[in-house]
This record gives sequence, C-alpha cells and structure tokens, in this order.
Amino acid sequence: MSYLKGFVVTFRQIFQRRVTTPYPAEKREKPERLHGRHVLGRYEDGMEKCIGCELCSGVCPANCIYVRGADNPSDTPISPGERYGFVYEINYLRCIHCDLCVEACPTGAITETKMFEFSFTNRNDAIYTREELLVDKESGKPKQLPWEDWREGEDLMTSGWLRATSSSGDASYEGQIAWSGDLGYGIRKAETGQSDSTPQEEAQ
Amino acid sequence: MIIASDPLLSSDIGLSVIAVMLLKVVIAFALLMVSVMLVIWFERKIVADMHNRVGPSLAGPWGILQTLADGIKLFFKEDLLPERADRVVFRLAPYLSLVPAFLSFAIVPIGGDFTNGGDGTVSIFGHRTLLQVADPPVGILLFLALSSIAVYGVMLAGWSSGSKYPLLGSVRASAQMISYEAALGLSMATVFLSSGTLSTSGIVSGQATWNWNLLATGVIPFVIFVIAGTAELNRPPFDLVEAEQELVGGFHTEYSSIRFALFYLAEFMNMITMSAIAVTLFLGGPNGPILIEQISWVWPILWFFLKVLAFLFTFVWLRATLPRLRYDQLMDLGWKLLIPASLGWFLLIAALNIGKDRGWSTFLVVPIGLIVLSLAALLLNGAIKKAKDSNLNAADLSEISEGSNQ
Repeated sequence: MSYLKGFVVTFRQIFQRRVTTPYPAEKREKPERLHGRHVLGRYEDGMEKCIGCELCSGVCPANCIYVRGADNPSDTPISPGERYGFVYEINYLRCIHCDLCVEACPTGAITETKMFEFSFTNRNDAIYTREELLVDKESGKPKQLPWEDWREGEDLMTSGWLRATSSSGDASYEGQIAWSGDLGYGIRKAETGQSDSTPQEEAQ
Repeated sequence: MIIASDPLLSSDIGLSVIAVMLLKVVIAFALLMVSVMLVIWFERKIVADMHNRVGPSLAGPWGILQTLADGIKLFFKEDLLPERADRVVFRLAPYLSLVPAFLSFAIVPIGGDFTNGGDGTVSIFGHRTLLQVADPPVGILLFLALSSIAVYGVMLAGWSSGSKYPLLGSVRASAQMISYEAALGLSMATVFLSSGTLSTSGIVSGQATWNWNLLATGVIPFVIFVIAGTAELNRPPFDLVEAEQELVGGFHTEYSSIRFALFYLAEFMNMITMSAIAVTLFLGGPNGPILIEQISWVWPILWFFLKVLAFLFTFVWLRATLPRLRYDQLMDLGWKLLIPASLGWFLLIAALNIGKDRGWSTFLVVPIGLIVLSLAALLLNGAIKKAKDSNLNAADLSEISEGSNQ
C-alpha cells in the first residue's frame, strides 16, 4: 500500500497554508537595506549635498552615471561647497544597484531608496536627470515619476541615510554618526551595528 | 431497424421533435464548452493547491475566467504554418481531435430518473425524451470508434508538422493509444457481459438499484479502465506523447494560436468524456437517491456531475502525484499486464454467466476459472521471462563479438 503514500502527501498539501503574497495587491515589507532607485539629498537648510566631484561616476562599474560639476553662482549658491553638480544623470538601463556610488560619495549626497518598482516603457525615461533625482526642496521627499509604483509611506525617510553600506556596518563605527542631516528629517540615529541581528527602527 | 431507443424518435418526427433534438444538441455543446472552461481552471487550481501554490487568481473571482482569458489571447495570436508542413493535413488535424471529443459526449446520459422502474426519460415541451443527445443501440462501440478516430488527430498532427519532435510525439501517441485501446475495450466488454447491452441508457438502467457495475464486474475491470483511460487521454503519468522535457510538447509543438487551442480543448473534452463514460459504465451514471421529491429531476443530474467531478479530481491528483513512466514501462504495463488481466477477467465473467445459464454451481466455476487463469498467467510469465533472457543472451553475444572484433 506504499503506492498510496504519495497520494496522501499531495492531498495533504491542499490544506496547507500558502506563503505566496498576491504581489501587486499586497506587498511584503522590504528588507532594511534594499537597493532601489537613487535620490540626491539636501541638507536641512535646503542646500544640495552634491558637489559635482564625479567620484560616483568614476567608481560606477556599469558606467551609468554622468556628472558635470560647475562653480556655484556666488549670489545664489546651490551647494555649500565651491562647486555643485549641474548635470547629474543615471541611466537605469545600465545601473546594477551595487551602491558603490553611495560608498564613494564624500558628502553622502547620493543614496539609494527602497523603491524598486519603476518600469519605464521608454529609453528616454530610463535616464533619470538631476531634477528627477533630487528630493523636493520643501518636504525632502523624492519626486514620483508617472511610471513609478509607490505605496503609502514608501517615500518617507528615503533620502540621506546610507542604507546599503553605512560606515556603521563596520564594527568600529558602531554607535557613531557618520552622516550629515537631511532636509525634513534631521540627523539620523546611529546604527547599532551588525552584531544586533534584529532590524533596528529608524529615528522618528 | 431501431435507430434509437429514445421515445422521442419513436413517434412521428415533426418540427417540434426536431426542435427538441436541436435544443439537446445545443445544450450538450454549450455544456461541454463551459465545463471544459471550468475543468481547465479546476485542474490548474487543484494542481496549484497540491503544489502549495496559489494558481490562477486574477481573472474573475478565484481566477475562474482564466481559461476564457487564455482562449481570447490564443485567438489573437499569430497562426503559424510551418514551411515543411503538409498544409491540408496540418489544418485538418485539430478538427480530427476535436470532433470525436464532442461526438462521444453525445451518447452519455447526463440525467433522468432510472430508479423505481423509471425509464430515464424526462419531459421537454410535452415530449418524453432521454437526457442524452443520441442513444444508438451500439452506444459504447460508437465511443470506442470515435476514440480511435481521435488517435488520427494526434498522429496526423505530429506527422504533418514536418518537424522531428512532433513526429516522435505522434509515433509515441499512436503506439500508446492503440495498445491501450485494447485494454480499454476489453475492460468495457465485461460491462457488456454483465449488462447485456451496448446502449448507454440500457447500461445505466441496469444499474438502477445500487447494483453498480463497479461491483457487478468485480472492481478489476474498473481499475483497468481507469488506468487505460488515463493512458488513452495522454494524461500524466502516461503523457509521453506531449512530454515537454523530452519532446518540447510532442505532437502540438508546431501548433500555435487557435489551432493549438483546439487541441487543448479536445484534450480536456476527452478528459470529461472519459470520466462521463466511466461513470456511465461502472458507477451507475445518474443513478442515486432522490432526496427531495419536488425537484426530482435535479438529483440525477447532480449525482452525475458529482461522480464526474470525482473522476476529474482523480485525474488531477494523478498528475500532481505520479512521475511520468518510461516508454518501455508503459508498453510493459499495457501489453503484459493490462491486456492479459482484462482478457482473463473477461473470460472469468463470461464463464460465470454461462455457468448461471446452464445452472452450474458458482462455487465450482469460480475456483476452476481461477485455476485456469493462474495457469495461463504462469505460462505468460514464463514466456515473458524466456523472451527477456534470450534477449539478454543475444545482447551479451553481440557485445562479445564486438569486443573480439576490436
């Protein structure tokens, strides 16, 4: 009768719990350090963090970032430094979301958000320009493009925080704040380090 | 000559009789189409459940309209005709699959009260008629004939594609379907013996008092019928004909668009028809207790559909559980087990029937019959073993001779 054992096994599966999430209708919580699309951050006074140094462009293994720096206009400075990035383009047909640009950035200007649902249908739309990447001047929230699929609250707490490769990932940086403040959110709390296995809550 | 035992056709055939006939045809057609749609959904949903998946869930409530969506999609796809295909046969083959699938459903009684001496007729617009499109006296033979024609659909589809995988698939299909048809027919023959008729309504009315053929023929023919029927349908675990992993889909590799949809339709229609025939032959068709008198005509139809549903579930269950057979195992099962077993059982039942007529004691007929059958089984086993051994020896010899040549 061992022939029938297999039938019992398959029959039992019918009544077991499904782990599948009906994706577009319902979304699972994203991992803490998910690599999604980039944003360019601003300081708390609304100044752009990017200084147009092109380090991100240089480190990018996929050659997807194009940056041109320019001198700040002396009467209306855009960034607190000497120069600012006046052209900043990321080609998402090339980007592999490795976050090396985030590591390379000396001012913490470029960071990756958790938002990954941006299926554009046009090659031109694949190239995100400076205006599209910059967070809003007033609220500090990233700009939503028409083809991007966001859910409520996903655009909060996106910018400024070095999600993927924060220096606190290194044990010696545990408890230290290695980043500047963000428009709308202030200075983020230090990470507790990787010894703490439970994902820590962000500073509210 | 009696054309049919349907009381509808025994009186004068007027316009209203033709209208009732047409109504029955249309209802059978629509019923089969809708049930195919639901069965495909049912199969996908149940298999998904058995795999711990969700299955189709977006089109309509619980994804029930998934088949419709797929059908519409297929309809608008490009209809490809391979360059090396035999154009006429290639176009004809799907219909050779589809039409027999439709026609064989016509002889299945799907309702009607056969219990308490009822003749299974219902009244439609004042005409007494059976709840089946046709009731030819040859009944089940017609089904066998049609299922043989369906083999042509699969065979010619593969042959006319002008491509190697479909050809392999069709060669497998014709070998498999022909060899299993023998076992199928022999297991049916025991039913004819115990019912004494070939007509489907006759077979059903013979099982009206819970004396289902399942027990009357001794379960074995039923088991053989289900196995051979599964093989005949090319359903897993006998789906070598369309084995995706080996043959890229088998006979319908080159088919696309609506022609592919027709094959798909025919396959599931055959599944329903085979279940319906099995219910008719072995499980008493629409017979069952009538629980509420007021709607007495509903119950036989309900019982029929429940029984068919049980079969459909079994087919899905088989698919979710069993791995595909190897081709030689398939042929072994068919020729060396199913055909001899069904033939032996057929002889036993025949002996019992004759014994009853002649007034021989059943207690004598059964042991003698079993002894004869087991002797025959031993003989067959010995012959098979001998053949295998000599095959092995021949293989050894050729290996040795090859070795000495090097």
